Formats: sequence, structure tokens, C-alpha cells
Amino acid sequence: MSKKLPVVTSRGGTVEPPRLTPAPPPGRLIDSPRFPAQAKVELGNPVQRKNLHHAMTTIRDKRARVAGELDNWEDLRLAGEAIKNRTLRHLDTYLVQLEENLTAAGTEVHWARDAEEANRIIVGLVEASLGETREVVKIKSMATQEIDMNEALEEAGIAAWETDLAELIVQLGHDRPSHILVPAIHRNRSEVREIFNAEMGTYGRPAPEGLDTEPKNLAGAARLHLREKFLRSKVAISGANFMVADTGTLVIVESEGNGRMCLTLADTLISVVGIEKIVPSVEDLEVFLQLLPRSSTGERMNPYTSMWTGPASGDGPQTMHVVLIDNGRTQVLSDPKGREALRCIRCSACINVCPVYEKVGGHAYGSVYPGPIGAVLTPQLRGVTSAVDASLPYASTLCGACFDVCPVRIPLPDLLVHMRHKVVEGKKAKGGVHTESAIMKATGRMFSHPRLWAAAVNAGALGGKALTGRVKHFGPLPWPLSKWTNARDVPIPPTESFRAWYARTHHEDGSLK
Amino acid sequence: MTTTSTSPGRSFADAPGSGKTVALFAACANDVMFPQAPIATTRLLERLGCRVVFPKKQTCCGQPLVNTGYYDETVPIVRNFAKAFEGYDYVVAPSGSCVGAVRHQHQMLADHAKDPGLRRDVDAVVAATFDISEFLVDVLGVTDVGAYFPHVVTYHPTCHSLRVAHVGDKPMRLLQAVRGITIKDLPDADRCCGFGGTFALKNPDVSVAMAADKARNVASTGAEYLVAGDNLCLLNISGVLGRQQSGIRPIHLVEVLASTEEES
Amino acid sequence: MSTEARDAILGRVRAALADLPPLTPEADTPVAWTYGQPRALDNILDQFEDRIIDYRAAFERCTPATLAEHVVGALQTYGTASVVLPSGLPRSISDAVAAAGLEVRLDEPQLTRIELDATSAVVTTCAVAAAETGTIMLDHGPGQGRRALSLVPDVHVCIVLADQVVSDVPEAVARIAPAIRERRPITWISGGSATSDIELSRVEGVHGPRTLHVLLVDGS
Repeated sequence: MSKKLPVVTSRGGTVEPPRLTPAPPPGRLIDSPRFPAQAKVELGNPVQRKNLHHAMTTIRDKRARVAGELDNWEDLRLAGEAIKNRTLRHLDTYLVQLEENLTAAGTEVHWARDAEEANRIIVGLVEASLGETREVVKIKSMATQEIDMNEALEEAGIAAWETDLAELIVQLGHDRPSHILVPAIHRNRSEVREIFNAEMGTYGRPAPEGLDTEPKNLAGAARLHLREKFLRSKVAISGANFMVADTGTLVIVESEGNGRMCLTLADTLISVVGIEKIVPSVEDLEVFLQLLPRSSTGERMNPYTSMWTGPASGDGPQTMHVVLIDNGRTQVLSDPKGREALRCIRCSACINVCPVYEKVGGHAYGSVYPGPIGAVLTPQLRGVTSAVDASLPYASTLCGACFDVCPVRIPLPDLLVHMRHKVVEGKKAKGGVHTESAIMKATGRMFSHPRLWAAAVNAGALGGKALTGRVKHFGPLPWPLSKWTNARDVPIPPTESFRAWYARTHHEDGSLK
Repeated sequence: MTTTSTSPGRSFADAPGSGKTVALFAACANDVMFPQAPIATTRLLERLGCRVVFPKKQTCCGQPLVNTGYYDETVPIVRNFAKAFEGYDYVVAPSGSCVGAVRHQHQMLADHAKDPGLRRDVDAVVAATFDISEFLVDVLGVTDVGAYFPHVVTYHPTCHSLRVAHVGDKPMRLLQAVRGITIKDLPDADRCCGFGGTFALKNPDVSVAMAADKARNVASTGAEYLVAGDNLCLLNISGVLGRQQSGIRPIHLVEVLASTEEES
Repeated sequence: MSTEARDAILGRVRAALADLPPLTPEADTPVAWTYGQPRALDNILDQFEDRIIDYRAAFERCTPATLAEHVVGALQTYGTASVVLPSGLPRSISDAVAAAGLEVRLDEPQLTRIELDATSAVVTTCAVAAAETGTIMLDHGPGQGRRALSLVPDVHVCIVLADQVVSDVPEAVARIAPAIRERRPITWISGGSATSDIELSRVEGVHGPRTLHVLLVDGS
């Protein structure tokens, strides 16, 4: 194994060896700033805000149109929910069945408890299959993002090339994905052209001379750049949208054909898949292959779907591996409420409809899964101990738009509240005094003691009386109220509370005085 | 309906609410900051023949605490709510959000407390709790409540009224039956205004950015009034509108419905 | 291979599910769904045509008698120099293509990736099609070739027989399921390859064939 080691220079110092692939931004996602802090940074990027607003509006409208076309859409959602519930509640049974059928079809099955174990297995499998060119081609996969596989391969001296157009833009742009479906949605066409012009030549076929900003031509540049990589690929790495337990079939849903290139042209195929991505039976695909494309890209069907059940003689990779990863999923499964999030089929409908996501984009979430599903899934997968993870469940107004569009009916607003409860419980368990818990405790006491509340209402009216005639609105107020009043006026309290008015005009039995 | 009534409590014999006693849940923020909404609710229901009582033990639905993650602190509030409104056939509030919280969260909190007795009490109260728009349309069976409001308005369906309480198109049907009113469509009406309770304090920058979008859409309608069924959403949007000196006034749905020709 | 990780993960799963009653999956979680049902469409073939055109793919109808000339016509429209014809394609088609002076390449022995990349077009049949979604399904049986054949060349002329077209995905899955159970690879094609990755602006033709030409053969 040719692990890359720091090079010792003649002056005795060390330098990092040259990278094979473009370096992503430094640092680990889990060390990201809290959501409100990074959100503020992202809000300050007007280009991104414009890109996101345009893209999210478009994709929301498309989804609504094609979901609305099917008169049995709600039945499909209920079926999707039930099938995934059945799978999760009997996951051990289905995993064993899946393993049997994968093995019977000639696919080798590997199990990984965490990211580190998964990467060790993958690097080993790649090393055993590589030719002279130390590179692999990749199909976009959230599981490999989650375990940061590309960097593990880079460490081992293997270049992993993203072949999805958006992932290519992100990779060449030394960037991170900001969306699970359209990872470069924060970029516009001019930015993409700049990235292609600046970087393609360093890593393969350069961008054509005089490349303009037409998306068609930008996609054409990617086609040419990637084709040479496809044609010489020995090893391909994929995820999977679904694994069928009763046949050992893997399913990949895609648009561009890069997936088919990887699945067909390589000699060895390694699929890295979360243990929850199972459906019990082939027939269940009729439900999910209606729900997923309409929810995801807002199309009646995505351009290409590939299904394979072990190596096929004379057709495509003859060596196949599946790496089943846990990486926190069994932790999520152990929470009877939280496990509902494992139904997720990564369609991104909740992200596209989320008004908070639309304002800040995916980078604010410090997680490979942004938006509502990220805000409930990531703190479950990683725990709520890091600053960013503890802030994610609060990155929502609980407006509920996400549940309405979720094809597997994950109760995202309820799960956000559930995760907030977990964050609070975590704080309480650590002990100490927190301003927020002190305020909440006092408020809870007031609202459960009617006389305390009545007194507070009267005090509010007194405040209103004191200000009568002086001002109509409050302008900026001191902290913490400044968080509200920095951008908004606040009316002064009225001079008479409702309960005072009622007591003045009514008897207790409701008759008028 | 052609009859209109001006003084509170003067009900007409064949009024749809005749013989019905309503326990008014004012909602805590209305009680102290926006008494016009529960006052209008009282006057409107009395005009329609209901007897309106105000159970004094009421405080809050508990939503600000539970939605921040403080379950244990909310349980006594739920207990207080169930006790305050015990035995009433109808508990009516001028707030889709608070009704949504009662309907969607009180049972979960009773279960969290592992208290079957509380769960039974909560079940009874939840079944009797209505947003004012639901009570008018579903229980009293009226959409024309005899209101007169000769103004141009636009209506923001608040998220919790729409997606938690599920009031549907009832508020709009009530508004459309108001005499003299002109209703302008609000672009992106069902998008959140960015309030979200503690969200506005924990994520103030995002909240304001969302409110600014909503305010821009409201201003684009050219309406004189912005109507909604939740005062805190109105506070959020009108706070930005006010800072922009747009001149558009916020008004609760029930205040529009309580307005009559004689008053104007 | 060590089963340590496997046993650990299955152990974690079982521990995580300890709160659930010991029931069979079917008894524990009923699924209220009837599989394989047709969708009511006014006219299945018209719907199929509408969807294919909506994907901005080319569409023509023909009869068994005119199929071969339509295949040749389509290939000539795109200025095809060379075409790969999978084994199992009707003889009349290969004869007509050869007679038109196009270079015919056979995949026996298998063409190399480079040879395939230098081939302009492919003609295939299919296994099943779904009208509501405009989806063509290949099980890579006779006439369809291995998967790379309908992927690498830039033009794909695909022959669909009218009785292969069903209403929607559920009926289609029911028809294709036996091929999956036989462990055949399956490819679903709904229009040509496309991307919306740049500003969500749809671009047809990325890595797969940039041209999809569908010939619907209706015997009636």
C-alpha cells in the first residue's frame, strides 16, 4: 500500500506531498460554526441568495406540478411510509436476507461500523483492483460524502473523480456540496465557467477554447473532460438509492448517464450503502420509483435508472462489492421517535421547500445533509455534542412545509422539536446554569400558575399606560430584545389587557354588565 | 344574513350560535399585547348568539416552551390548560397557531409525562378546541357573519393555521363574504414569514431576511391591510413593514369579521 | 473475512429494535397498497408519445412493414457513419442498414471501449415501456445488447412494440420483475440523458446518447 507520507526536504522540514485531486476547503464539517453564525455569513452573499431563490422556486414549482398530476399521490406516500417502516422495524431480518441474495448473485458483502472502518475496507478493495492509473470514477453518493471517502483515498494515493456534473463543479472548485441533489446550486453559470477554465486542464482534458456560459456548452465541456476518465476506468464507486432484499438487486436513479458509465465500463464496482436503504421486494420499487423522481427533480421519471443483481456475464463489471455502513444509523434506529428519519430516500423535496434553506444554502448547516432532513438526521447520526449539531434542530421556523412534501411522510417538524428536546436534555445532564433554561423554567412556572400570569398581564398594561401618548412604536431596544428590534418596529403594549376588558364588561357567567 | 348587530351580547333569536356557550381562549400574547383580537372574537360570537365566557385560569398553550425543547416545563402548562377549559363544549381561540399547538402537542406532552389521567383530560379538551374560523364555518355553519369592511386587504395564511391546525380555506371563505371588502392575492402566500417563535431570537438574521421577503410581497399587493389569523406573525411582518414606512396596517382576521357598517 | 463488524451491526440493530413486538413484518406493518395496478389513461400509446416528445426526444410511429426504412431514415437524419447492431435484432433491419451504405459494427467479439466510443449510433429493441412516464425499459436480452452499447454511442434508435407499452410504472415493474429475478441487468430510459445542475436549467445530452429516437411499431 503506497500511503502518501510527508516529504522530507533538504532543509529538514516537511512539506505536504502534491495532491492528486483538488483540495477541498480545510477543516472538518463537524467543527463548523453554529448555524446562526454561519447563516449570517451566507446571508451576506447576494449572488448565492439570488441563485438559490431562482433555483428553489423553479424546483418547488416543478415538484408541485408533477406530484399533483397523480390522483393517488397521497396513497403512494402512505405506501412509501409503510414499506419503509416495515423495513426499519425488521431491519435485521432484511439485512440478513439481502446479504444472502447479494452473495448468491456473486457480490461480495462487507460491513462497516463507522466511517473509518468503511474507508479502510474501500481503500483495500480499490488497491486490490487498480491498474497502473491510480484513480477511481465515482457516482454521486451521499454515503461516500458522509464518510469523507475521497479524502481517505487521496491519503492512500488514489484519485477519486466525481463524475456528476455538479459534483465535478464542486470538486474542481475546491468547494463543498451545498445540496444533496444539486450540490453546486449555490454557483451560477459564470462561476462554473471560471472554475472549468481554471481547473480542468490541471486534472485532465482542459476546457475547450472560448468556452461561454451556456449551460449546454458547460455540460459539453464536462462530457469531454470526463469521457477519457470513463474510458480508462478500472474501478468505479457508487452508492445506491435502493437495495432489494429479496433479490440482492441494487438500484441507482440518475440523470446524466455518468452513473451508467461507471456501472458499465469499469471492471470492478464497489457500492457503499447505508444499511437503511433496503426495500423488501422488487415489487416495492413501483412505489418508490414513482415517489422519488417526482419529489426529487420534479420529473415524472428521471432519465436513467440502473438495476443490477450481481455481475452479468459479458456485461459490465465482473467483480462487485457492497459495503454496508452503519455510521450512526443504529443509534438513530434505537430512538423510537427519531428512527422515522431513517425512512428518508434523499429526494431533497424538504430542502427545496424550506424557506430557511432558501435564504442560507447548504453550507450553513455544517453537514452533508442540509435543510430539514439534515437538521434532524445529522444531530442523530453525530450526536448533539458539537456546537453546530446542537444548533441544527433550531434551524427551522417549524412552518411545516417539509412534511407536506416528504414522499415518505417523515414528520420533520415533530422530529425537529424532538431533537430540540434532546439538546435541552443534554444541557440539563451537563448541569450548570444556562440563561435559556432559567428563562424557560420561570416562564413555565408563570404559565402554570394562573395568578402569577394574571399579575404579569396587569404589569404589561401598566407599562403600556406609562408610555401612552409618548411613542407609537418601539425602535431599537437593548439586547436581547435588540435581536427583534434591530430590524422591526414593535408596538407599545395596550393600556388595558383583554382580561381587564372582559372583567369590566362581563360577569363571570358571560352575561353583560 | 342581512341583520347586523352593534352592541355586544345583543343576539338575535334565530342566530346560529343561539344556546351555545363558548369558552374563549384568548391566547397569552393576545391577552397582554393584542386584546383587540379576543375582544373582536367576543363581540362577533355574541353577535351570532353565543354566550362567551372567559375562564380566568387560562394562561398559555405552552408552545413557546415545547418548541424550544422544554418538555418537562410544559407539562404543568398543559395540565393547567386542561383544568382551565375542563367541561366546555367549545373552546375557541383567535389563533391558528395556539389551536394547532393544543391539538398537535398536548397529547404528546401528556404521554411524555406518562400520565394517563392527564391524557384523558387532554383528549377531551383537544376535541373541543377550535380556531375561530373553524368554529364559525364548521360549528355555526356560517361564512357570512354580517361583517362590513370597505377596504383593500391581502391575506397571509399563517403556517400553523394552515399546516398544523389545518383550517384550510375557511378564513378565505369568511373574508370573501365580508361586504365592501376587496381581497388582493398575496404572492407566495403560503411561504413562512420567518417568525417561528424562538427562531426569531435564535436566528435573527435569517428571520429578518424571510420577513423582508414576506413584507415585499405584501407591499406589492397595494393593500391597505394585511390580514392573518395569528397576531405574532402579523407582528413580525408589520414590524418590517413599519420600519419600511409602507403604511400597510396589520389586522387580525377576526377584527375584520367583527367590523360592521354601523361602526364604520 | 471476519464477521466481527457484521455481527456487531446486526447486534446493534436488534438492540435498537428491542422495544417492538415480536411479529412478522407483514403482521407488524401492513402496507395498504395494491401492486401492479394499471393507471387509467385515455390512450396509452398517445400518452407514451406525448411523454417522449415532452422529454425532447424524437418520436415516430411505423408499422412492422415500414420499420426497417424508418430505422435507416433515422440514422441518416443524424448523419450516422457507423452503427452497432446488437445480436437478435430482426434481420430485415441489419439488411436495410447495410444496404443504405452505413458501416455496421457487430459486438461479436465485443467491441473495445475505444471502438464503441468511435461508433456513431446504436439500434436496439426494448423489453417494456411505461406510457405515463415515457419510460423505456431494457433487460438487455436479444436485440438490446449489453449495457454499454446503448450508452456510449451518441445516437440511440430504440424500437418499441405497441404491445410492450403499459400504462404506468406499477404495470411495468410487474412485467420486468421476472427479468430482475433472473439477475439480468435492467436499464430504464426516460428521454435522453439530461442535467439541471447549472442553475436548474435543463440541458439534454450529457454522458449518455445525446439523441434518443423512439420508433413505435404499431401493428394495427
